[in-house]
Amino acid sequence: MSAAAPGTSKAAHGEAGPKKKKGPGALATAYLVIYNVVMTAGWLVIAVGLVRAYLARGSYHGLYYSIEKPLKFFQTGAVLEILHCAVGIVPSSVVLTGFQVMSRVFLTWAVTHSVREVQSEDSVLLFVTAWTITEIIRYSFYTFSLLNHLPYLIKWARYTFFIVLYPMGVTGELLTIYAALPYVQKTGLYSVTLPNKYNFSFDYYTFLILVMVSYIPLFPQLYFHMIRQRKKVLGHTEDYSKIE
Amino acid sequence: MDALALEATGSKKATAVAVTAPIPSQAPAKRKPAKKAKKAVVFFEVEILDAKTKDKLCFLDKVEPNATIGEIKSMFHKSHPQWYPARQSIRLDPKGKSLKDEDVLQQLPVGTTATFYFRDLGAQISWVTVFLTEYTGPLVIYLLFYFRVPFIYTPKYDFTTSKHWVVHLACMCHSFHYVKRLLETLFVHRFSHGTMPLRNIFKNCTYYWGFAAWMAYYINHPLYTPPIYGEQQIRLALIVFLFCQIGNFSIHIALRNLRPPGSKTRKIPYPTKNPFTWIFLLVSCPNYTYELGSWLGFTLMTQCLPVAFFTLVGFIQMTVWAKGKHRSYLKEFRDYPPLRSPILPFVL
Repeated sequence: MSAAAPGTSKAAHGEAGPKKKKGPGALATAYLVIYNVVMTAGWLVIAVGLVRAYLARGSYHGLYYSIEKPLKFFQTGAVLEILHCAVGIVPSSVVLTGFQVMSRVFLTWAVTHSVREVQSEDSVLLFVTAWTITEIIRYSFYTFSLLNHLPYLIKWARYTFFIVLYPMGVTGELLTIYAALPYVQKTGLYSVTLPNKYNFSFDYYTFLILVMVSYIPLFPQLYFHMIRQRKKVLGHTEDYSKIE
Repeated sequence: MDALALEATGSKKATAVAVTAPIPSQAPAKRKPAKKAKKAVVFFEVEILDAKTKDKLCFLDKVEPNATIGEIKSMFHKSHPQWYPARQSIRLDPKGKSLKDEDVLQQLPVGTTATFYFRDLGAQISWVTVFLTEYTGPLVIYLLFYFRVPFIYTPKYDFTTSKHWVVHLACMCHSFHYVKRLLETLFVHRFSHGTMPLRNIFKNCTYYWGFAAWMAYYINHPLYTPPIYGEQQIRLALIVFLFCQIGNFSIHIALRNLRPPGSKTRKIPYPTKNPFTWIFLLVSCPNYTYELGSWLGFTLMTQCLPVAFFTLVGFIQMTVWAKGKHRSYLKEFRDYPPLRSPILPFVL
C-alpha cells in the first residue's frame, strides 16, 4: 500500500525541488497521514479480533492464534518508521526508533513465532494487549498531530496510559522470553556450536538471558523519560489550575 | 625635537613617556623601561561568564594584550582550582566554537573589556594515557587466551597449547600489532589535543578489550578450525598483514615529520621517498587504509568470523574519521590534491 506512494511522488516532487525543508513537505505529510491511519486501523483490527475471540471462546487462553497474522503484519510494518527517520520526514532519532521497533519485531518473530510452545502462554496476551492499546493511541496521536487537529483526549491518553501499559507490556515480554528458555536450550534453536569453519559460536539461550537482563537498565530510563515528557506536555494545564 | 623635550619635562612623566615616540638620546635621563609594545600598553579586562547561566565566574584585570587564551585559562584556573585548563572551553559566543589556546587576546574581535563564555568539558584524561590503556588490554587479554589460563576453556585444556601453527602465528601478529601501537604512542605520534573526556576511556577500553577477548576466545579454542586453504591462505594473509603493518608505520612516521616537535601545525601530507607513502597520491588517510588491510590479513589468516566483525566495525569507524579529516583538509587548503579519496582509492 505504501509502495504506491514513492512511485507517484517523483513527478509531483519535481516542483518541490531538491531544497531541504525543515519537517515534512506536503507530499510527505500526506503519505504519513495515510501511513498512520492504516496503522491505527490495523491495530484496531487486532483489538477487535481479540475481543471477538474472547467472547467466542469465553476464556483468555490461546487468543494469540486469532490475531497472529495481523499482529505480524502490522508490527513488522512499523519498520517503515525507521526509514521515515532516516529520510528525515519524521524528526526522531534513527537509532532510538530503530531500537524500539526492532525490539518489538524481535519479540514477535524471534520469540513468539519461533518458539511454538509459548504461543499459548497468558504472558503473550499480556504484551499483545498492552501493545494494541498503546499503538492505537500512538498512531491516532500522530494522525491528528499531522492534521493539526489533536484532541486533548488523545494527547492525554498517549501520555497517561503508558503509566500502566508500559510495565504491563514489559512484564508480558519478560515472562514470554522466560517461558521460551527451556525449549530454546533443549532444541538449540538459532544456536551455532564449535567446531565449524567460521570459528564462531552463538548460544541463543544465553543471548535471551542477556536480553532479559538488559531490561533492567533500559526500562527505567525509557519509563522515566516518558514521565518527564508527560510533565512537559501535560504539565502546563495543571499550572493554570494551581493556585499557590 | 626641542618641543618634544619641553613636553617631556613639562607633563607628568608617567603618562607622557608611555605615549610619546622613542625618546631621542638628548631627552631627560630619567626614562621608564619600555614595554614590548612601542605604542600605549593598554591593558585588557577579561570577564568570564558561564555559557549556560551567564553568571559572572571570573574577572581579570590588567591582562596583557598579547596574552594567549592558554594563559587566560591558567589565570581562570587560579580562581577556580577545580577547572584545570584542559577542561575549560572558552568561547566568544555561548553557542560558538571553542577558542584555541594559541589565540592572542588582542587579535580577537573583542573590545578592551573582553567577555568570554565558559563551558566545562568535564573531567579530562590525556590521550597518551587512553591509548596506553586501551592498547595494553588487548595485548594482555589475548595472551591469557593463548596460554589457556584456567576458567576460560574446559579444565582439561588449561595451560595447553594449540596444535595448529597458525594459532601461534596469529598470536605473534596480534601481539606485534599492539606492541607497535604502544611504541608509536610513546615515541611517534604528535597529538593535536592533549586530552579527551574521561568517559572515553571506558567506552574505548570496552571496545578494544571486549573485541580482543571475543576474537582470542575462538582463535585459541581447543576446537579451532584452521583456514580451509591451509598454508597458501596463511602465507598470503601474512604477507598482506606485514605489508600493511609496515605501510601503517611509514604513514605514522611521515605524519610525524610534518610537524615540528611540540607544535600543532597542520600541513598537507605528500608522498616521500618511502614507497609505502606513495599511497598519499590517492588517499587522504592511508594510515586507516593500511590498518584495514592489516585486519583483513588477520581475518584471512585466522578465518574467524568475530575477527571479520571487528574488521568491519573498525572500518566503519575509520571511514567516518577519514571522511571528517578529508573534509577539514579540503576546507583548510585551497590547493588540496583533487585526486585523493578519504580512505579507499577512488571508492570511498
